[in-house]
Amino acid sequence: MSTDTDDSVLLEIRDLRIDGFSDERWHEIIKGVDLTLRRGQVMGLIGESGAGKSTLGLAAMGFARPGCRLTSGSIRFDGVELMDAPESEKRKLWGSRICYVAQSAAASFNPAHRLIEQTTEAALSHGLQSGAEAQAAARELYRAMQLPNPDTIGDRYPHQVSGGQLQRAMTAMAMASKPDLIIFDEPTTALDVTTQVGVLAAMRSVVEQFNTAAIYITHDLAVVAQMADVIKVLRFGETMEDAPTREMLSAPKHPYTKSLWSVRALQKEAEKSDDIVLDVRSVDAAYGSSKVLHDVSVRVPRGKTVAVVGESGSGKSTTARVITGLLPPSAGKVFFNGQALPAALRDRSVEQLRQIQMIYQSADTAMNPRHTVGDIIGRPLEFYHGLRGAAKQKRVLELLQLIELDGNFIDRLPGELSGGQKQRICIARALAAEPDVIICDEVTSALDQIVQEGILKLLLRLQKELGVTYVFITHDIAVVKAISDEIVVMLEGRVVQQDIKDHVLSPPQPEYTRRLLASVPEMDPDWLTRLLEEQADVVARADGD
Amino acid sequence: MSESDQGYSAVAEAGSVLERRSLWLRAWLELRKAPVSAWIGLVIIVSYVIVAVFAPWIAPYGEAEVHPQPYAPWGGDFIFGTDQIGRDVFTRLIYGARNTVGIAFVTTIIAFLMGGGLALAAAVRGGWIDQVLSRFVDVLMAIPNLIFALMLLSMFGSSLINIIMIIAILDSTRVFRLTRAVAMNVVVMDYVEAARLRGESIGWVMRREILPNILPPLVAEFGLRFCFVFLTIAALSFLGVGIQPPTADWGSMVRENAGLIQFAQYDIKAAITPLLPAGAIALLTVGVNFVVDWFLHKTSGLRDEH
Amino acid sequence: MHPVLLTIFQRLGLGLLTLFLVSVVIFSALEFLPGDFGEAVLGQAATEETVAAFRRELGLDQPAVVRYVQWIASVLQGDFGTSFSGRAASGVDRSRSVVEMIGPRLSNTLFLASMAAIIAVPLALFLGITAALKRNTFYDKAVSASTLTTISFPEFFVAYLLILLFSSWLQWFPSLANVNDDMPLLERAYRAALPALTLTLVIVAHMMRMTRAAIINLLASPYIEMARLKGASPSDVILKHALPNAWAPIVNVIAFNLAYLVVGVVVVEVVFVYPGIGQLMVDAVKSRDIPVVQACALIFAATYILLNLFADVVSIATNPRLLHPK
Repeated sequence: MSTDTDDSVLLEIRDLRIDGFSDERWHEIIKGVDLTLRRGQVMGLIGESGAGKSTLGLAAMGFARPGCRLTSGSIRFDGVELMDAPESEKRKLWGSRICYVAQSAAASFNPAHRLIEQTTEAALSHGLQSGAEAQAAARELYRAMQLPNPDTIGDRYPHQVSGGQLQRAMTAMAMASKPDLIIFDEPTTALDVTTQVGVLAAMRSVVEQFNTAAIYITHDLAVVAQMADVIKVLRFGETMEDAPTREMLSAPKHPYTKSLWSVRALQKEAEKSDDIVLDVRSVDAAYGSSKVLHDVSVRVPRGKTVAVVGESGSGKSTTARVITGLLPPSAGKVFFNGQALPAALRDRSVEQLRQIQMIYQSADTAMNPRHTVGDIIGRPLEFYHGLRGAAKQKRVLELLQLIELDGNFIDRLPGELSGGQKQRICIARALAAEPDVIICDEVTSALDQIVQEGILKLLLRLQKELGVTYVFITHDIAVVKAISDEIVVMLEGRVVQQDIKDHVLSPPQPEYTRRLLASVPEMDPDWLTRLLEEQADVVARADGD
Repeated sequence: MSESDQGYSAVAEAGSVLERRSLWLRAWLELRKAPVSAWIGLVIIVSYVIVAVFAPWIAPYGEAEVHPQPYAPWGGDFIFGTDQIGRDVFTRLIYGARNTVGIAFVTTIIAFLMGGGLALAAAVRGGWIDQVLSRFVDVLMAIPNLIFALMLLSMFGSSLINIIMIIAILDSTRVFRLTRAVAMNVVVMDYVEAARLRGESIGWVMRREILPNILPPLVAEFGLRFCFVFLTIAALSFLGVGIQPPTADWGSMVRENAGLIQFAQYDIKAAITPLLPAGAIALLTVGVNFVVDWFLHKTSGLRDEH
Repeated sequence: MHPVLLTIFQRLGLGLLTLFLVSVVIFSALEFLPGDFGEAVLGQAATEETVAAFRRELGLDQPAVVRYVQWIASVLQGDFGTSFSGRAASGVDRSRSVVEMIGPRLSNTLFLASMAAIIAVPLALFLGITAALKRNTFYDKAVSASTLTTISFPEFFVAYLLILLFSSWLQWFPSLANVNDDMPLLERAYRAALPALTLTLVIVAHMMRMTRAAIINLLASPYIEMARLKGASPSDVILKHALPNAWAPIVNVIAFNLAYLVVGVVVVEVVFVYPGIGQLMVDAVKSRDIPVVQACALIFAATYILLNLFADVVSIATNPRLLHPK
């Protein structure tokens, strides 16, 4: 996106190898990566968890986190070799010519200092500007980052501003010394989609304005497509593919790159049904004195999937807690097959409990690490169906087969399984109860794309074979498109809309649905530009916090 | 764990299998990697246990047997000489292992059963039970242990059963606080919620879901707690308000022989005599601390792994 | 009201409540005495009248609540009652007031404790912070291993080792630390050197380990990494970014260890026959002189509670989230 004519090489990494320390020995985590970045160029560094993106991003500054060490290769920044430079040499570059924007701005701002002190610190300590200049420049940057009250917001402490604002302030801090290179390390991952749009737009515009080169690290290809000129795909510390953004999106070469948007390829034909199995009627609920659900009604048809979407704090998960009885509602009722369920968990019969099962976002914490797979799947068989001994064993093996896992998993502990395998075991545990309804709470959001696809396909197949009903809670619109029949949109504890998928996804829509859907990045490098043009006012409202 | 052997398809993802090791094999592998300090600690602990169990067979004389010569020098019939009324110091050291370590061990177990049990109930039940127990423990913990123990002993007297119960109750407050804290971390886990949603009883949740997962910190705490109890009982005995004669006990032995230390310039061996029981106490706590330190390092390291 | 003040007042209130509850617990020591303790104190030959008079003096004929109020009221005025010792069966009362017994000893104990604290606190902070900064070096490992060993030692083991070495063998210091008010300060310090050194060794080990852990924890914060990546010099990282957030944990460590000192003093005073309230308390426990035990326990517990209270107030007052509310 740079229009600058000076396109000399700014950063050149050759055959970089980095070791990480775990299991009481050193493992190679970056295995000979090359990288070339020109002035003003933005490179997207994409990959899944454990790919070594952050490690590589920090290595571009010549920095290795505790527990990592740069072993061999070369890192040349503007002609200076950083690989074996002493820290005092690198410190001259850090904060002045190379800056870093961390994933969690909330944790990366020092709680004891005002924002403006932290924004101007690097420029002052490197002697780039005088105090007054730096302060004025910082306010200018706050304005450029579209922070509210740019003249006074710098006087606040980090805990006094919201997450989205902090992330913008951190970009302003990185821009303060007009660096040649910024490393963005997943800067929007922790934000809601509607907040993300504003932050992305602001970051892109300042990077363009000052013709700064950047390395943008993320796991989200659609996000990086908006920011980057070129994209580098990383997996297990190795480069899978390097290509200009448009080329990669239109014609990915490596099979791994193709798999990155496999979930987006999944589609399900939505079906309407009036056979309601689960009916949440006008439910209010509160945690202590703070009311979190207001008159929430959700109707779940038998054998279908209802996706509940919304941003953090919208009340999606609370609705699930009301359905399961973990949080008795203060008003309203939950009906199952036309019968009102007792509000509290302890008043429900074992049979009522069996009929509604739950699968959690994090399979790591959803399974007792000290129980074997056989124990985990076997317990509901024993508890609900009285199966023991050989009969139980036989049924566990059947369930393992159903979730496409081998029988010898039966004596394994969760710690010995991969993320996708764990989530499959959780699905088997829910199926073991033979429930009518399974509540899936963000079950794919902790998983890598390729694994997500496998889990979603499995869930679809199980629904077809067993006729089980899903209440699918998620913030990921791609997942919603892949799996749902009906969609419930929630905002601030209220239901904005419930309808079949096609109706929700296409106009006419309520204003919030439209904004939510519009904020979801698409696999199109022009999406953000188009969106900003279409909705010139989106930024102002998106960051209303 | 590495996933690099997996291909790009879901089938391969689902099918990958990792090698599994038995518990004993893993324990042995851990031990082989253990640092020297942990090994020293283990050897110390095992030797103390052997001495404590086989005391009557190892000791040359009876526990309270009085010989005609008080303050006999080292060597001859008495390896470490005799004490102020003519009892063999070596014999009493050996019986001391049995009494001092045994009493501290029993006390620690009682403290764990009380503090740990109540803490688990408080963590799982929550609500007013948790509130009442936690506030009560806070107040008890606001008084330093040794001071509280001294006060209670002045009220009830220094019988063996009083000492065990007083120390056990006071130390159970520390056990309560730690167990509650670690159990709280487990109670919020989804698998505990899953068990509750399944309709499991509180007993089952405590036994099967929570206890196995808080065992490592509790085992480490048992080691540390044992040291504290052991040192507190030794201190009380040393102060003369703990285990009473004629029971052989290291704390009392230090006090009884303390006078000998003045004779360092005339008979250095005799002067060292009071340091023998004190050193026996120190050596065991060092050993336990070494093992606990390694164990804590080990288990907290495991928690950080991905 | 400013949230910092509000939180501090809440914490002070909680501290007072704890003190009140602790005083109730200590007061109830008298309630659990066996019925025949009057005879035990006054001797077998005591007549029924003297025993009855004694019980009346203690107010045992009145309800417990009334006695508690009277007791705490006099305690607040500095009157801890009268010792049980020195009473005779004949009814002749040579007992002394508890305050009279405690007064001079309390100042001796404070002298010893402050001597230990003055050496121990700076030394431990220095060792702890340097070990944390030079993490995993030989220096760090050596300091950590030696402190792990030292914290395992009972106080009397350290004490007798020092006596054997410096007093009995080398004869540099006296083994009995008999001090009195008439001594010049240097003389007192010399005589109290070994007990103070014992306490120092024990405290430094604990305090250094806790300081090291607190600093390592602090240095692992993302904002410290951010400061480094902004090119801040090592001294700036420590002084500007770590230190403002370090007061609370450091003060906590100091307070915790000074509270520990309060307890350690008991054993050390007995070893060195140092005339402080620790030794007084042990003697009182042996002779079951309840008023003296109560007074000592109350002083120890109050010190302990106040130190912890002070640490909490400091961490509240240095917390930016409370200092600068939304």
